[in-house]
Amino acid sequence: MPEEAKYGRGRCCVFGLENIDTDVIIPQTELVTVSKSGLADGLFARWRYKNDRIPNPDFVLNRPRNKECRFLLAAANFGCGSSREHAAWALTEYGVRAVISPNFGEIFFRNSIRNGLLPARIAAADYRCLASLADGEGGIDDMIVDLTAGQITVGRLTVPFSLDQVDRMRLLTDTDDIAETLLHRTDIEGFVAADRIRRPWVHQTLWEG
Amino acid sequence: MALTLFDKIWAEHRVKTLDDGRDLIFIDRHLLHEVTSPQAYDGLDRMGRRLYQPALTVATEDHVVSTRPGRYGADFENGQAMLDTARRNGRRYGIAYFDANHPQQGIVHVMASEQGMVAPGMTAVCGDSHTCTLGALGAAAWGIGTSEVEHVLATQTLVQAKPKTMRVGIDGCPPQGITAKDIILRLCRQVTIGGATGHAIEYSGSYVRRLPMDGRFTLCNMSIEMGARIGLIAPDETTLRYLEDTRYSPLHDHREAALRSWADLATDEGAIFDHEMSLNVSALAPQITWGVTPDQVVDVDEPVPPSESEVARRALEYMGLDAGKPLLGVPINIVFVGSCTNGRIEDLRTAAAILRGHRIDRRVRAFAVPGSQAVRAQAEAEGIAKIFRDAGVEWREPGCSMCAGINWEFVPHGERCVSTTNRNFVGRQGPGARTHLASPAVAAASALVGAIADPRRL
Ligand code: SF4
Repeated sequence: MPEEAKYGRGRCCVFGLENIDTDVIIPQTELVTVSKSGLADGLFARWRYKNDRIPNPDFVLNRPRNKECRFLLAAANFGCGSSREHAAWALTEYGVRAVISPNFGEIFFRNSIRNGLLPARIAAADYRCLASLADGEGGIDDMIVDLTAGQITVGRLTVPFSLDQVDRMRLLTDTDDIAETLLHRTDIEGFVAADRIRRPWVHQTLWEG
Repeated sequence: MALTLFDKIWAEHRVKTLDDGRDLIFIDRHLLHEVTSPQAYDGLDRMGRRLYQPALTVATEDHVVSTRPGRYGADFENGQAMLDTARRNGRRYGIAYFDANHPQQGIVHVMASEQGMVAPGMTAVCGDSHTCTLGALGAAAWGIGTSEVEHVLATQTLVQAKPKTMRVGIDGCPPQGITAKDIILRLCRQVTIGGATGHAIEYSGSYVRRLPMDGRFTLCNMSIEMGARIGLIAPDETTLRYLEDTRYSPLHDHREAALRSWADLATDEGAIFDHEMSLNVSALAPQITWGVTPDQVVDVDEPVPPSESEVARRALEYMGLDAGKPLLGVPINIVFVGSCTNGRIEDLRTAAAILRGHRIDRRVRAFAVPGSQAVRAQAEAEGIAKIFRDAGVEWREPGCSMCAGINWEFVPHGERCVSTTNRNFVGRQGPGARTHLASPAVAAASALVGAIADPRRL
């Protein structure tokens, strides 16, 4: 297996809760910034810290062996709620490469793909299998996530994850989505020209502000 | 072929289908607010790209602005910096910008509809998950992340796989005092928080046809709470009457052409949806959440459900509630009436009708935050603002406020709030805040009693 076929190897933290929403991933108090960086500090802030930013030793990411975790395994519907892309920025900046869950909030899913964070969808039964491997600190050692093969391996257990071919390519190559779309510039301009006649009210906006 | 309303709007905006099967979709309206736009402008700058269709782009301020009377910005430094950036970008790129003191400012999903910026058959997007609210006008409107905001700024399009469709038929005549908020909360309970992920929901049925616009916005608003990025309602007489009165309505300058184009905006007989479900609301009771997701809902006079799962146990622990005990009578500290869910004039009228001539319980602090300047002005003209003030409710400036606490207007740690908003996630209204989502009627009744109350029994 060529090395580039993999999405990485490392420790995985297990979040046994369903419906981990984006308000929990990056709370509102951490959001007010005009930059994409510096958000890792705010990741899971309400769980991660006690008052005055003192780390909460009980929180799974703060346990000694989980400090270097590369993957998250979460119960169903991870990333539901708000559109804040800050959730994906915070996770990637923290060093998370993939989130593994039976399903995801849709906007979070799209935001992840666009930021190189793999949202790996697995079967509910496979989630239970993987979660059962968690050790005393709530993590799983030496997980291999292979993007090309669409597989997650821990020791002798291998489970498949599903991902669109388009999204897989998007993660494997460094695509500039806007540049790609601008290749269709003539089509867009043609659409606008025809639409101006068909639906003039869309294009003749009068607001001043 | 028989098509759904959503199929028709999608097809009309398809610039082309790409090789990989996804569609390049033209976006008619791009709405911006201060929190999810700065990094998008930044990306545009870095790549030396220009804003492709500034005329189709509109910005307002809502999430970070203070709602303190007399405000013109944020109450904290980073928030003000964020507003300054948004204002600067708005000027630099030459887009219409409605700042905190503009007479058309408001929560983006409230102002865009009431000003007639979005109309039937349009596509509209915003870097905010509750953009689905605007689907009430018969538009396809959805929330996007900041990378997609940048993509729309640069190309006025999005590359999207077409969502699946779901029809929710809502029929029956709800009892007096039951509002659209009760109905959508009941539906969240039925569908669950992830149950409609990947779908565009069309709300139909006799209840929806009779429902005034403000209620339709409330319904569509919480589509995302079931995972659906889009919720929409076919336009009809009610929609057109609403549009007549809006400032930028296409009906003013393009009446004939627009009406002709909208006439076909309905689901054809025999069109196939990926999912269908129905709800009869004839015997519905006021609804309220007991937990930390918008599908953890009960009738207001039902007891807290048994905590069978780990999820429920943790929710009850956070909420400080006991399984099996009644919710009615649980003391509260805060009442919040407002947001893009329930910050419109009809919502304020509902709350005011209950509060009129009374004072709220002295242990309660209550906020009434209009969804927009227009709503505020109308509420003042109708005497609603005075009813709130006389009742001891704080009457504030338009904005998101305590809905998400991004402007630092928080429900204090450990305090319990009955809120007319859309999310009760852990910490949503502030660190340690305990939120019960409910209608403006339940919120107002609870403010009077000082505890969770049933408006039918006042
Ligand atoms: S009112 Fe609440 S849900 Fe609506 S846009 Fe503002 S923060 Fe979001």
